Amino acid sequence: MIALLLRDLRLAVRAGGGFGLGLAFFLIVTVLIPFGVGPETGLLSRIAPGILWIGALLACLLSLDRIFALDWEDGSLDLLATAPLPMEGIVTIKALAHWITTGLPLVLAAPALGVLLSLPPSGYLWVLVSLALGTPALSVIGTFGAALTVGLKRGGLLLSILVLPLYVPTLIFGAEVARRGAEGLAVQTPLLMLAGISFGTLALLPFASAAVLRINLR
Amino acid sequence: MSIWEYANPVKFIRTTDRILPWVSVAAVLCLVTGLVWGYFFTPDDYRQGATVKIIYLHVPSALMAINAWIMMLVASLIWIIRRHHVSALAARAAAPVGATFTIIALATGALWGQPMWGTWWAWDPRLTSFLILFLFYLGYMALWSAIENDDTAADLTSILCLVGSVFALLSRYAVLFWNQGLHQGASLSMDKEENVADVFWYPLLVCIAGFVLLFVALVFLRTQTEIRARRSRALLAREGRT
Amino acid sequence: MMPDLGKYAFAVLASYGVSLALIIALVAVSLRRARRVRAELEEIEQRVKRHA
Repeated sequence: MIALLLRDLRLAVRAGGGFGLGLAFFLIVTVLIPFGVGPETGLLSRIAPGILWIGALLACLLSLDRIFALDWEDGSLDLLATAPLPMEGIVTIKALAHWITTGLPLVLAAPALGVLLSLPPSGYLWVLVSLALGTPALSVIGTFGAALTVGLKRGGLLLSILVLPLYVPTLIFGAEVARRGAEGLAVQTPLLMLAGISFGTLALLPFASAAVLRINLR
Repeated sequence: MSIWEYANPVKFIRTTDRILPWVSVAAVLCLVTGLVWGYFFTPDDYRQGATVKIIYLHVPSALMAINAWIMMLVASLIWIIRRHHVSALAARAAAPVGATFTIIALATGALWGQPMWGTWWAWDPRLTSFLILFLFYLGYMALWSAIENDDTAADLTSILCLVGSVFALLSRYAVLFWNQGLHQGASLSMDKEENVADVFWYPLLVCIAGFVLLFVALVFLRTQTEIRARRSRALLAREGRT
Repeated sequence: MMPDLGKYAFAVLASYGVSLALIIALVAVSLRRARRVRAELEEIEQRVKRHA
C-alpha cells in the first residue's frame, strides 16, 4: 500500500501537474473575486472565508479526473485490480495521494491568500483548521466521482456535475466553521459536523468507490 | 403469484399494457377534477388571497418530486440485490419525471413566493434542498446517458442513487443548520390542527391522487419504452455479430 | 364564473401555465419516444424473423 502511495506521489511530482496547477488555479480564483465584487475591504473580509472555501473546492475538482485516468489508459489499473490489495485499499490510497498532492497544498496556501482578501486575524486559524478537516472529504468524494466516470471519454464535465452536489454538505459546514471563526463566534457545532462528514465519508465511501471501480473494470 | 413475476419484461409489458389506459384515464380525471375544483370552486384564503390556488400544483408536485427519488432508490436497491432489469429501467424511467416535478415545485414556489414573501427566491432550507435535489436528478440522468453498456450504466447509476440519497439527506440537515427559513412547516401532517382548512384540503387530496396516478402512468409508459429500446439494441447487436 | 384573482392574477395564472405546459411537454415527449421505439423494435423483429 505504501509502495502504491509513493508511486502515485512520485508520478504526480514528475508529471508536474499535481502540485502546481491546483495551486495556481486557487490563486487565480482568489485574485479574480475582488475584480468581480469590487475592492472594498469590509465586503472582502466578510466573504473571504467563503471564497477561500469555494476556491479550494474548485481547485480540488480540477484535478479529480487525473486520479484514475492515467492508470486506466496504460492498463495499470487492471493490474492493481488483480493485485492482492483489496480494491477498497486502492481507492483509499488514491484518495490519500490526491489529498497530499492537491488538498494539502491548498490548505497551506489558504492563509496566504487570506491576506489578499483581508481576512480578519481571528479567521486564519479556523480557515486552516476547517480546510484541513474538510479537504480529505473532498478528495474521498471526488475519488468516488472519478471512479464513476473512469472509462468515459470527456468524463470531466460529467464528473463535476456528479461530484458538486455531493460536495454541498462539506462546503456548508466547512465554510460555516471558517465564517464563524472569522467573526469570532463559537465554532464547535459546525466543526463537529464537518469532522463527522470527513470521517464518515472516509470510512464508508471507499466501499462505494471500490464497487464502482470493479463494475467499470468488468 | 409473487411480485417478482413482473421482473420478467414480457410479463411486465403485458400487464402494464392492460393497466396503463385505466391509470392514465384516472390520472387525467383526478387532475382535471382537482384543478378545476381548486381553481374555480374554492374561496380565497383570508391571508394569502387568490395565491392559495397555487397549492394544488405546488404541494403535489413537491411531494412527488421526493417520492420519485425514493422510488428510484428502492428500484436501484432491487436491481443491486436481485438484478431484475425491469427494476433498473424503471429507475431510469422515473428520473426525468421526478426532475420535471421538481422544476414545477420550484417554479410554482417562486411564483407564490413573489407576492407572499416579496421575493422570487430565498435561500430557505426547503427551497435550497429542492434545488439540490434537482442537481442530483441532473447528475443521475447525465450518468445514465453517458454510459453505453446498459448493465454497467444500471450498476453505476444505482450506486450513485444510493450514495446520492445519503448525501441528499446530509445536505438537508446541513441546509437546515445553515439558514432558518421563511417556508411554512408541513401542510400535510397527520395532526389535524396544523393542516390547511378543509375547503382547500379535499381538492388538494384529489390533485395529489392525480399527480400520483400521473407519475405511475408515466413510469409504466417510460419503462416499457426503455425495455423495448434495450431489446432493440440487443437484437441489433446480435444481428451485427452474425 | 371566472374567479376574481385580483392582484395575484399573474402569479396564479403563470403557475398553472408553467406547470401544465411542463406536464404536457413531459407526456408528449414520453409518448413520442414510446411510439418511435415501439416502431423501431417491430421493424427489427420483423427483419430478424425474416432472416431466421
